[in-house]
Amino acid sequence: MKNSNISQKAGFFILFLCMFITLFFLGVLLYFIISKGINAISWEFLTSAPSGGMTEGGVAPAIVGTIYLTFGAIVFSLPLGLACAIYLTEYTPDNLVTNILRISINNLAGVPSVVFGLFGLAVFVKYLGFGVSILSGSLTLGILILPGIISASREALTSIPQSFREASLALGATRWQTIRKIVLPASLPGILTGVILSIGRAAGETAPILFTAAVFYMKGYPNSVFSEAMALPYHIYGLMMEGTFPEKQSQIAYGCALILLLMVLLISAIAIYFRQRQRRIYNGK
Amino acid sequence: MENEVEISVSDLSFYYGKTKALKNISMDIYRNRVTAIIGPSGCGKSTFIRLFNRMNDLVPGTRAEGRINIGGLDILGTGVDVVELRRRVGMVFQKPNPFPKSIFRNVSYGLEVKNVKDKIYIEEMVEEALKNAALYEEIKDRLNDSALMLSGGQQQRLCIARCLAVKPEVILFDEPCASLDPVSTKKIEDLITELKKDYTIVIVTHNMQQAARVSDYTAFLYFGELVEYGISEKLFTVPADSRTEEYLSGKFG
Ligand SMILES: Nc1ncnc2c1ncn2[C@@H]1O[C@H](COP(=O)(O)OP(=O)(O)OP(=O)(O)O)[C@@H](O)[C@H]1O
Ligand SMILES: [Mg+2]
Repeated sequence: MKNSNISQKAGFFILFLCMFITLFFLGVLLYFIISKGINAISWEFLTSAPSGGMTEGGVAPAIVGTIYLTFGAIVFSLPLGLACAIYLTEYTPDNLVTNILRISINNLAGVPSVVFGLFGLAVFVKYLGFGVSILSGSLTLGILILPGIISASREALTSIPQSFREASLALGATRWQTIRKIVLPASLPGILTGVILSIGRAAGETAPILFTAAVFYMKGYPNSVFSEAMALPYHIYGLMMEGTFPEKQSQIAYGCALILLLMVLLISAIAIYFRQRQRRIYNGK
Repeated sequence: MENEVEISVSDLSFYYGKTKALKNISMDIYRNRVTAIIGPSGCGKSTFIRLFNRMNDLVPGTRAEGRINIGGLDILGTGVDVVELRRRVGMVFQKPNPFPKSIFRNVSYGLEVKNVKDKIYIEEMVEEALKNAALYEEIKDRLNDSALMLSGGQQQRLCIARCLAVKPEVILFDEPCASLDPVSTKKIEDLITELKKDYTIVIVTHNMQQAARVSDYTAFLYFGELVEYGISEKLFTVPADSRTEEYLSGKFG
């Protein structure tokens, strides 16, 4: 009795310690990025283009480019991934083919991002002739986040109780109506969670856009999906690796990192807001 | 009133994979009567009634043999429109399963999926269904509240209303009171007695008193076999088969 009490206490203490260490590193990371980046940030930094050979001015084109690329990736992968998840959970029985598909999708999630970059270069840039462009980059990022979207959507769909589906079908709804009117709305919060994570991933990746979309510097802003684009993660990389004025440039790089962080947090906050609202509706409050 | 056959089951067998869950069942179920299906757990009651609206189609690897004739249609046939069938044969489940939508939207759902667009008609039908399910008075001021806010008993009556709004001919109840308290159970039982004026009702129940109270006919299933079927009063007082007698006296079950 006493022994189990002690081991319980020890267990809780270890769990607490682990949580504390995690939070500690998260805190240090945030402090580090904020303290180093905050000085770079100004209205000009957010709204103007780089100048003075990358040592002055702002990073607005990179912000815009990252928004385009991320948005493009979601626009491409969400419908595709959701359709795939619906097909796998609602239409195909649990057989060998589905299992192989599921395993392949999970494995796809483990492929290093630079491999996606090379794939994008070979297929979108070269073979399909989209060139180094927002389109190529979005498609590459889209494929990168596709497995995450599929598995999050699948999880969300399978968590919907079978009794909802039965109730709907028993009332004379078709399978498709049941999916559209009952299953999808109820699984939206879970799907949104997957989208949130994917946005963070797509916005932050460098390797997939390295060969497919990103340039270190361009005049003006992208004006079509076939334009090249600047992007925050690649901009950070460029500033840190190819600088002639490391002092000034690294400060800009930390500014970019902070902005990237804030952008992802902002988008997550918006998505979380919608998710919670949806949950509230579904829990009847 | 004369007995008219609504559902005619002949030589019905059902398999989950290789397991034969129902064995050569034949029986007639009468219009505007309440027919109770009783029997020990796992004897195939749910399997049996879920054939009437082809709900077992959802379970892969199953197979039915024999015929179920509802209103002149062999509903196990391949060309049968199951969507249409399920509008004629409604179902209320063991656990209340309202959709996470408003009370109104729950009841209008069956019309919505039927592509009924006339708002006024839908409102009338929803109100009528809620009245017929003896729920209207309790919730008429909060039709737009979430159905999940209702009590278990109210939720079950909502599920009945949802089913009534589609105007079926037959309603299948699979242990509708299993998760309800005695007061709510009484309300559902009264409701069933009321509903049989307009509908043919088949109810699965574990509760012998309930079967005796609400049903006109009772069928006793045992290991997938129809052991005895007849007028409830008779079956509960002078059962013909010794297994029925043993079951009723609580020897197994
Ligand atoms: N999906 C399924 N797959 C395989 N076997 C099943 C399935 N559903 C039910 N069975 C089997 O079929 C038999 C009848 O089950 P059924 O659910 O119809 O019984 P029941 O009389 O409704 O029982 P209960 O009173 O516990 O609800 C049982 O032996 C059960 O194990
Ligand atoms: Mg059952």
